[in-house]
Amino acid sequence: MKTNIHVKNRVAIIGAGLTLFRRRLLETPQEMTWIASKKALEQAGMDFKDIDCVISGSAPDTFDGVHMKGEYYSEGAGGFGKLHFRVFVGGGTGVFVPIAGWWMVASGLCKKALIVAEEKMSSAADPHPQAVFRHIWDPLIEKMLGPNLIWIFALEMHRYMHKCGVSKEDIALVSVKNKANALDHPCAQAAAKISVEDVLKSEVLVYPVNRLDISPVSDGAAALVMVSEDVARRYTDNPIWVAGIGFNLDSYSWTNRELAYPLYLKKAADMAYKMAGIENPMKQIDVAEPYDPFDYKELHHMEGLGLAPRCKAAELTKEGVTQRDGDLPINPSGGLLGVGNPIAAAGLMKVAEIFWQLRGEAGRRQVKKPVYTGLAQAWGDLMQVGTVIILRR
Amino acid sequence: MSQPVVLGIGYSGFQPSTSHYNIREMIYEAAAKAYEDAGGIDPGSDVDAFVSCQEDFWEGISINDEFVPDQLGAVLKPVYTISGDSLQCVLSAYSMIRSGAFDVVVVESHGKPSEILTMRDMILMSYDPIYIRPLNPENVFVFNALEAKAFMEYNKIDREALGRYVVSSLRKGLRGRRNPYASIKNVEAYLEEEYVVEPLTKLDFAPYSDAAVVVVIASEDVAKKFSDEYIKISGVWSVSGTSSIVYDDLREDTMTKIAARKVFDMTGIKDPVREIGVFEIDERISHVPLMVIKALRLSEDVNRDLMMGRFDEEGDLPVNPFGGALSEGNVLEAHGLARLVNAYEILKGSLGSRRYSDVEKILIHSRRWPSSRTTTLAILSR
Repeated sequence: MKTNIHVKNRVAIIGAGLTLFRRRLLETPQEMTWIASKKALEQAGMDFKDIDCVISGSAPDTFDGVHMKGEYYSEGAGGFGKLHFRVFVGGGTGVFVPIAGWWMVASGLCKKALIVAEEKMSSAADPHPQAVFRHIWDPLIEKMLGPNLIWIFALEMHRYMHKCGVSKEDIALVSVKNKANALDHPCAQAAAKISVEDVLKSEVLVYPVNRLDISPVSDGAAALVMVSEDVARRYTDNPIWVAGIGFNLDSYSWTNRELAYPLYLKKAADMAYKMAGIENPMKQIDVAEPYDPFDYKELHHMEGLGLAPRCKAAELTKEGVTQRDGDLPINPSGGLLGVGNPIAAAGLMKVAEIFWQLRGEAGRRQVKKPVYTGLAQAWGDLMQVGTVIILRR
Repeated sequence: MSQPVVLGIGYSGFQPSTSHYNIREMIYEAAAKAYEDAGGIDPGSDVDAFVSCQEDFWEGISINDEFVPDQLGAVLKPVYTISGDSLQCVLSAYSMIRSGAFDVVVVESHGKPSEILTMRDMILMSYDPIYIRPLNPENVFVFNALEAKAFMEYNKIDREALGRYVVSSLRKGLRGRRNPYASIKNVEAYLEEEYVVEPLTKLDFAPYSDAAVVVVIASEDVAKKFSDEYIKISGVWSVSGTSSIVYDDLREDTMTKIAARKVFDMTGIKDPVREIGVFEIDERISHVPLMVIKALRLSEDVNRDLMMGRFDEEGDLPVNPFGGALSEGNVLEAHGLARLVNAYEILKGSLGSRRYSDVEKILIHSRRWPSSRTTTLAILSR
């Protein structure tokens, strides 16, 4: 991919909105998308009638129990009679939706786009929504072995711990930090004041994964308003610009790759950094929201993003660098571990958080240092996809 | 602004069943042909991004986008999925290239309905789960039949006219390359068919086919490095319906009307009857192309124009002149790319018919099947 020196139109974000993130929300997917969209539009000073395109994202159809679910929920986002399509890269979807929104606006095809992500997980499958993940495996080679998603993440976590010499205690610090950060988030589902000991004493699900190492099952929706530069100037004095986008997908053969380091994420980040003109992300990124469905993933992703040297993210966390008042605040929102994990909506929540942080509108979650450039990232599929967006004020 | 063009196409299947190939092997075959057709591009070094159009339920795999990259030569490259018709992938690729950030984008889509054992249940799952699905109709195409009835009554189109369209289309399919269901029928035989769901018979529904299609789209400047034989994408737009088509005005095709306004504006088309030489239209259910013809204002009197053969291969408004979905089969989300492949071959003159040698522009139409009226239109030109 080329750098953005050829890109004709700058793209700005001017509004963001979230629903509550909860287990068993009563609202339907259509209603959730409407609530999040309405809030984003209100912040932007717009209404549904002002929007010319809707780009949406949602993870597996099986969660909502609706085939072609983009056709179903788009009405809630005001998509009826307008351009709408749904993008999908598994858990990476939430950050990918604004990436697709970026090129729809940068190309000039759309001027005012609503970016929406939705997930309704809690009503899926019995006895637990995890059962949906029985159907994500290669049907010829893996499915008959009956694997569970937590099993393969346990393999990855174990490999990372072994390769980098990271302890369970080091990793638990991430869960402690993020759940505490989420106490300041009005939409949070799993905010808590917990200790490392609490994490270590919670039930072992699949060694080395304990229950408090994992984000919860959630319902929720998130939305952004993404516009061209001329529109942004008319609506706000404080637009946040999309400086870089990156995405990358590795082979489905997860068994054949080095699990300790996410090469696909490095490539996605390099794509975004090149576009944004970033050569030293540790110095040039002021605040970041890497994807943290498990606590070890925050460390894993910081290293893939180049926000920490390889195998050094745990040290930075121990030193307090990643706290809200640290040199490189990581997941000031509380992340998926604290705010909740309605898969696609959780990724877009991270982009919304960076938007609010750069605007200085994050309230009690606002990081202490001045911030100019922020990054959000998501991850998914069979531990194979990285999606990255860089915002700048 | 970069002009997106179709640089190469490749396909596999278009057969009622492809039990000798799994879907990944079909995609590999289609991709290899497309890269060759595009002047021998290398997916590892020449392609900036890949996009696949598919829906999880058709695949029988949750998060099926996991399985996209390997057979496209796209491992560790920018790859994503759109859960939609493949023309929506063309729209997204078009936009990526127009943004200036991408030069070459590969679009893939496939359908393997021969492996779907529970088609009725899957279609039922695509309806609004609160208001529509609990009705649990005996025939899941009942809403399409309601639409056909409302449209035909409002526009005074009789079943003989519908039969004339079906018979003509199946005959035109005999000229095409990918049409296992093309055949010679007559209107009398059509009228004697029993209803599946009134007013539609089994001849009104495209049977299922397995297929994979890969298309290489590039900016014109970069395309010239690989080949001089490319076809321009002059415009493309999509308009969303809902999963509850019963809420729409069933007498007309509102989505096509809106999409056409936009795409004609993008391409500067003032008079589609004069300016567009061929129409490649979704005919997976036979009344739909007639609705599109009305929505595009190609005909004031569809009954009369069908009788006059205006939509036949020698007519002045040829619709699917080498056969449409009734002949080639319903390839699910790959349908939009199947229409694009036909248009590409007509414009390149590779179908061996001089009748269309002076055609400059072709309109392509695809609509989500069967429960939504979401519509995508594109204009391809020399």
